[in-house]
Parts: sequence; structure tokens; C-alpha cells
Amino acid sequence: MTYRHKRLGLIVEKSVQTTLLLIAFAAVVVIFLIAVFIFWEGTPLLIKTGVWQFVASNRWEPTRGHYGILPMIVGSLEVTFIAVLVGAIFGLACAIFLAEFAPYWCVRIIKPLIELLAGIPSVVYGFMGVVVLVPLIRRALGGPGFSVLAASTILGLMVLPTIIAISLDAIRSVPSSYREGSLALGATRWQTVYRVVLPSARSGIVAAFILGMGRAVGETMAVIMVAGNALTLPTSLLQPVRTLTSNIALEMGYAAGDHQAALFATGMVLFVIIAILNTLALLLARRR
Amino acid sequence: MSLELGRRAAKVLVLLSYATAFLLPCAHCRKNGSQGITIAGSTSVQPFAERLAELYMHAHPGIRVNVQGGGSSAGIMAVRNHVCDVGMSSRELHKDESALTSIPIAYDAIVIIVHISNPVHNLTVGQARSVFAGRIRNWQELGGPNLKITVVTREEGSGTRASFEEHVMADNAQLESQRHSAEPFAADALVQDSNGAVREIVAADEAAIGYISAGLVDDRVRALSLNGIPASEENIRNGTYPISRRFLFLTAGAICTEAKDFIDFALSDSGQQALADEGLTRVR
Repeated sequence: MTYRHKRLGLIVEKSVQTTLLLIAFAAVVVIFLIAVFIFWEGTPLLIKTGVWQFVASNRWEPTRGHYGILPMIVGSLEVTFIAVLVGAIFGLACAIFLAEFAPYWCVRIIKPLIELLAGIPSVVYGFMGVVVLVPLIRRALGGPGFSVLAASTILGLMVLPTIIAISLDAIRSVPSSYREGSLALGATRWQTVYRVVLPSARSGIVAAFILGMGRAVGETMAVIMVAGNALTLPTSLLQPVRTLTSNIALEMGYAAGDHQAALFATGMVLFVIIAILNTLALLLARRR
Repeated sequence: MSLELGRRAAKVLVLLSYATAFLLPCAHCRKNGSQGITIAGSTSVQPFAERLAELYMHAHPGIRVNVQGGGSSAGIMAVRNHVCDVGMSSRELHKDESALTSIPIAYDAIVIIVHISNPVHNLTVGQARSVFAGRIRNWQELGGPNLKITVVTREEGSGTRASFEEHVMADNAQLESQRHSAEPFAADALVQDSNGAVREIVAADEAAIGYISAGLVDDRVRALSLNGIPASEENIRNGTYPISRRFLFLTAGAICTEAKDFIDFALSDSGQQALADEGLTRVR
């Protein structure tokens, strides 16, 4: 009797384990298939135009056979970098406040609101950008308004939740004995934070920035709406810019043949950039 | 062979992923029992085809006409692969697509639009080309205020852009290789992916200039005359207005009676009138 029960339990245990394993693998397989598909579609064009030509030429006229995505690579990196800078300054400040200084009731209010920020669809951010930010930039600073500045400000806002949540965890996971030790030696709270807590949480905070960067690189909708999508190498913050993701989303509707393949190749470049960022984040988060 | 097949399957997959709801609800009239026509293609033609479908379904309650976007090239690919019954295109067919039957349903003129407060009312085609190519950079050079021109264009691959390039950016003296002789747009031109987005920018920015379908002009923007010719319906139909294109319905091989009947409706007097009411110019 007990033996049979035990056997039955074992079978259930095994089958649950196997099912979960399969489900876990399904997610991985999907990502793998997407990667294979993108590379399958994009590689022939990369071979045809040459990888160097593709990433280092600034002439993008796909319907006339010119495939150069340098302005988009630069655009993506520029917009992302500034966005993460904006997000890092505000995000880290907010995380420090929440972890070290804020009273409990304050955390209870602010934390859910920040999480709510992550739930707002990107098209809403984009719309706010078009309606509020772009005219503001046009009137106050000149230029068309659709610009690097507009895109990175909106993106900076969008990466805030990621940066705050992850750096908050990193700061909270610093053992309280560190703080106690520092305070016992006579350091003020702020001295404790920036001499002891932040250096100890450094790897987690850097991982937060990099994950934020990954989110910023991948964001499409809001950027298309406010960046202007011009094909120049942006030299000023007030100039319009096109990112890699915008390039794909803008042109996929009508693309066919080599043009379509070129968009897949753009996706490959994006894939590689994001893979590098995620690997960096993993490595930094692991190093303690 | 299997590689070729795989690639074709991949193409179809691409189509699928493009316009999410594109193939799924595909109800073919070829299939027994279902009384539906699927139309897919150019997003420029789409709103007009939707209007036709609405009227047609009102008159024929039993038949469902399903209109989907995706773009001209996607529509051509779809009708060629028989994933839809009728394709829509806002560009003429390329040589390798000539196996399809094309049925012009209307003319669509493209107008150059500026902010309503802009004092400039007319451009020559040459001036327009200079503006969009970025050689004329200030409204002062065209008799307007001292403002840097914000050029707004459409994305590469768009039918509206192709048509504009062909008629404005190319030197018409060299008709042979039109597409290749076309001058590139100014590199710092804003790029938007729909007529509506272009119109919104021009409506909001007094220094902006863009181009959209004539049917979509509203009272917040002003359509410029070209070479002194306003984009009136008469000028579009008789071909004196320089930038107009045909909207095509496309079919591949034999088509079912429902699809044929729908196309006949589009070309009928009431169908044509409906298109004219929406801002297009009748073909007959």
C-alpha cells in the first residue's frame, strides 16, 4: 500500500519535472528559432554587400541597392547612451533615496508608482513626446523638435523603472553590518552611502544600467514617434536621428526582396548589440 | 529545391509576422461554403477599399469583404501566392510582377503641403525638387518668412514616396531610368511612415513641408499648386496636375464570382462616386 503510494508519488514527481523542463526549453527554443530565422534571412545580403560596407557606409537607399546602416548604429548608440545617462542619474538617486533615506510609508507610495511607470505602453510615451516634448524643444531650442534630445529624454523616462528596481535590489542586498560599521566609525549617513554602500553594490548597479541600456536599444515605437528618423549622422542633440529598431519598423511594411533582407540584417546587428549588452550585464552581476 | 521551398515558406512566414492579423482570418471565396473575399495590400488604398467594402457588404449582406493592409509589395506577394483574392497596390507593377492582372480603380494625386500660415502658395516642380533635396533650405528663398525649412518625407519603400520620387525628384527629361536618376532626399529630412503622421507634423510646424495623398488634406494644412496648377479634381483627371498615381486592384489568374462582382462594384458608378467622395479621382 505505502509502497504503491510512494511509486505513484514518484511518477507524478517525475512527470511534473519533465513537463516543466519542456516548457522551460520551449521558451529557449523560440528564442533560438527567432535568432536562426533572422540570421537565415539577413546573412545572404550581408555576404552580398559585405559586412564592413553594411555597418560602415552611411548611404541607406535600399530601393537603389545601397545598404549602409552606420547612421542608425551611431543613432541607436547615441540615443541609448544619453537615455541611460538621464535614467542613471535620476534612477540611481531615486534608488538611493528609497533604500537608505526614505521612511517606510514613502517607499510604500513611490515604489508601486514607479512599477506602474513600467506598465505604461510605449506608444503612450511616444504620444506624450509628440504632443508635449517635441513642440517644447522646437519652440525653446529651435530645429524641428524631432531630435536626439526628444528621443533620449523619452527613453530615459522609460528605462527609469528598470534602473530603479535593479539598483534598489543591489543597494538593499548590501549587508547592514557594513552600514553599522561605517556609522560606528563616525561617518555620516551620506558618507556611508557613497563610501561604503554604493561601492559594495557597484556590480548590481552597473548591471542595472546595462539592462536599462538593453531596454533603450530595443525600444521602437516611442522612438519612431519622436526621433524624426532622418538618415544623417547626428552631430547635434537637436538633429533628427534614426535608430536600428526604427529603421526596421518604419520600412518593413513595404520592403521586399533585398530591402527586406537588409532589414533582417539590421536586426542581426541589433541582436549582436543586445547579446553583448546582456552578456556584460550577466558578467558584472556575477562578479561580487 | 528544398532550400528554395524553405525560403518560400520563410517568405510566407515573414508576411505573417509583418501584419499580424494579416493572413489568419483569411476567408477564401474559393473554399466551399464560406462567402468571403479577402483584399490585402497598400495602406494607401486600404481606407478606400474599406469604404468600398462597407458599401458592398451593405448591399450584399451575405458576403464578407475582409480588407487588410501590409503595403503594396506585400499585397502583390499575397495575391501572387493566392493568400488573398484581390491585391491592392498604389504603385505600378514591376516587370517581374506583370503576370498579375491590374485593374485601375482611381487616381490619387499627391500634394505638397505646408503649414496653413505659410505665405507660399505655389512652387515649380524644380523648386520642389530643390527643397526636398535640401538645396533650398530657407523659406526666404521661396518668398516666405526667414525660417529654416523642415522637410518631411516618407520611408523608403512607401508607394507615396516612390510616386513622389518619380514625378518630382527625377528629372523628367530622363524618363528611361526614372527611378535611378531620381535625386536623393535631403539627408536630414524627417521620415514618417504614414500620410497621417506627415500631415500632423506639417500641421504643427510652421516651417515644415511634406507630401501626402490629395484625399487626406484637411484644413490645418495647405496644398500647394505645382507649376501654377492647383490639385483640383479636373486637373488630376486630365493629367495636367503633375503628381498623380493610379490605385490598382490586382488579381492572379481566374477569380471567383464574388471577387469579380466586388471589382465590378468598385468600377460601377456608385463605387466610383464613393471613391470620389473620399477624395480620389474617378477613372471612369
